[in-house]
Amino acid sequence: MFDEMTGDGGGGVRAPYGDIAAWIEASGIDALRRHTAEAEAVFRRIGITFAVYGEGGDPERLIPFDLIPRVFAADEWRRLERGIRQRALALNAFLQDIYHRGEILRAGIVPERLVYRNTAFEPAMVGVDPPGRVYSHVVGIDIVRTGEHEFQVLEDNCRTPSGVSYMLENRECMMRTCPELFRSGSVEPVDVYPEELRRTLEEVAPPACSGDPVIALLTPGPFNSAYYEHSFLADLMGIELVEPQDLFVDDGLCWMRTTQGPQRVDVLYRRIDDAFLDPLSFRPDSLLGVPGLFNAYRAGGVTLCSAPGTGIADDKEVYVYVPEMIRFYLGQEPILQNVPTWRCSHDDERAWVLERLDELVVKEVHGSGGYGMLIGPHSTADERAEFAEKIKRDPERYIAQPTLDLSSSPSLSETGIAGRHVDFRPYCLIGRTIRLVPGGLTRVALREGSLVVNSSQGGGVKDTWVLAE
Amino acid sequence: MLSRTAESLFWMARYLERAEATARLVEMGRRMAMLPGAYGQEEWRSVVAAAGAGAAFDPDARIGEAEVCRSLILDEENPSSIRACLDHARNNARAVRTAITAEMWEGLNDGWRWLGGVEAATIQRDLPATLDRVKSLSALFRGAAQTTMLRGERYDFLSAGAFLERADMTLRLLDVKYFVLLPETGLVLDSRDRYRWISLLQATSAVRAYHYVYRGDFSPSKIAHFMILNRDFPCSLAFCYSGLRAALGRLANRYGVRHDCHATVEEAVRQMQDREMDDIFDEGLHEFLLDAIRVNARLSGELSRAFHF
Repeated sequence: MFDEMTGDGGGGVRAPYGDIAAWIEASGIDALRRHTAEAEAVFRRIGITFAVYGEGGDPERLIPFDLIPRVFAADEWRRLERGIRQRALALNAFLQDIYHRGEILRAGIVPERLVYRNTAFEPAMVGVDPPGRVYSHVVGIDIVRTGEHEFQVLEDNCRTPSGVSYMLENRECMMRTCPELFRSGSVEPVDVYPEELRRTLEEVAPPACSGDPVIALLTPGPFNSAYYEHSFLADLMGIELVEPQDLFVDDGLCWMRTTQGPQRVDVLYRRIDDAFLDPLSFRPDSLLGVPGLFNAYRAGGVTLCSAPGTGIADDKEVYVYVPEMIRFYLGQEPILQNVPTWRCSHDDERAWVLERLDELVVKEVHGSGGYGMLIGPHSTADERAEFAEKIKRDPERYIAQPTLDLSSSPSLSETGIAGRHVDFRPYCLIGRTIRLVPGGLTRVALREGSLVVNSSQGGGVKDTWVLAE
Repeated sequence: MLSRTAESLFWMARYLERAEATARLVEMGRRMAMLPGAYGQEEWRSVVAAAGAGAAFDPDARIGEAEVCRSLILDEENPSSIRACLDHARNNARAVRTAITAEMWEGLNDGWRWLGGVEAATIQRDLPATLDRVKSLSALFRGAAQTTMLRGERYDFLSAGAFLERADMTLRLLDVKYFVLLPETGLVLDSRDRYRWISLLQATSAVRAYHYVYRGDFSPSKIAHFMILNRDFPCSLAFCYSGLRAALGRLANRYGVRHDCHATVEEAVRQMQDREMDDIFDEGLHEFLLDAIRVNARLSGELSRAFHF
């Protein structure tokens, strides 16, 4: 197993972790615990919580914060950055292609069935040209590490990836509680993210917009689990945080209701699912949404970020083809590898998976949040039998991947400093140019031995450092 | 600014004022119930009536401190309880988290978290401390707004809500207690009446202020004057209307438009300036109060129409 601080175990502390190791040594466990408590008090006071309604208990929970940062050396980041940008470009090219001529399908590289018969494919988007041909303006790519040089992409998040507020707040909190760590100025700052996001959104203003575009963040409202992040980002970008009922469409344009009457909105950074955008186009039974919004979008009156129908690109089965997309659209070899994935919809692959349920991780194609997963090595025979039934009944719903030996990173545990498994989600911004802030969100599985980093399953977060050259 | 934001700011301020006023009402009830020969029942009943929770109690049932505390402090079902007010205020604050400052949010959020964890038994054991905490949370929020909030339209909607609600609470308190203030019938003043008057002042945290302005002389007409026409007392109707007029006036200057609510509040302020307490008593205190309650309701409606919420 690869440890972020000590590598494969033999050679002492890896160079990027020099400062961290010295700091852990100098502070001692008690001081680290005290700082953690201070940090958590800060989070709770500011109200950085995620809401989990309908599960009982405290509806507003705190994501556990682990004080010990996760570090990337400058050269590690350079490689990751190239890989992330490459992937984000290819995913957008794929979306542009399948909603137009479908060249990759005609070339027989991606099966037509997988796209056209996918519920995430949005027929209404066929032939629509989003400003700048950008569909996914924020791509969150979940990356895991299995060795010194082995980085693999676990999944892509093209619609509305969340968690970036933790990247910002974790850093803020670290700088407040442990300022000594930052004195040498060797950590790349991440606080430009809101500005970069704003620029990205401005760049994709619709044709109907003349002058400075008015941007708003569309949230489902305070009961959404990511509401804190929505308000936080709106605040930092200096834009309005709107709910569907604040908006209406008139004359092909989108307006918000203000104390001085209607005001035009040009770009909507929407953090709301396709299904709830516009009851006239997507879900006639929905009471939510802004009637006519999709038509206004299609007519170039307002830009929706991300575009409707973007979800097809982060479908877990489409994921299998992303390396092919990179070769097809960019003519390059993928810099970041995929995790090998078996599709239960294919008879031979399913048979193979069913024989090895005790070694594999089985995921729902459309699942998220770490729910509905089977982690073979940690499962009981009964659970495996139950999953085998599910897979046979509904093979198209499942994929399987090997149980990865995720890298671990030193974390504060009940017994002291111990390695806990981590993953990493950077946030790549795509407008007329591509922007990537040096950093991202490191999620950590705080339960000993656990591989599930999702916050809904006992995961926590860490500050993530990219070291300056 | 989004109309919804304006609405949330307006109601957040109203709910916080209401929570504070309810705390003072309970405080008044507690003091009255402790007096020798007190009519505890009657006092507690007027407390729940002034808090707008009269309907929650059976008219024949006995009510005492325990019942009132349960209903007015912790009962989430009772829309005027302190807990419900803080819930509403915080929900509004959360919906417009970006429109208020971190200090205001933290003050409110801390208070909300505190009350969420308080048990009924703790409140019974130390009622005064609980009530003080509610008052200080509202003071903290108001102070944070004073010193950290930009004097823009957001502040104006916040103050409009605060002044309107405070005027409302003063009116409701007077409406429940107006009979105490009716002119003496020539009978000898008994000490119980005296305490009832003082209780009105206690419910607005104003006993000392009253002494300062009118010296030790308690008379119904002066107390009524203090609570209705006095321009310096922050809970008086005159003061609240002036504050509301100022807030709405700033909005009119900002937006370059005047609405019905502007005319209505101008008229309300003029009424306060032109009238004498004797006239009000002559025309009937109760009728005057009912009129004013109607004006408040009208103001609230006109305000939301004017700013599209």
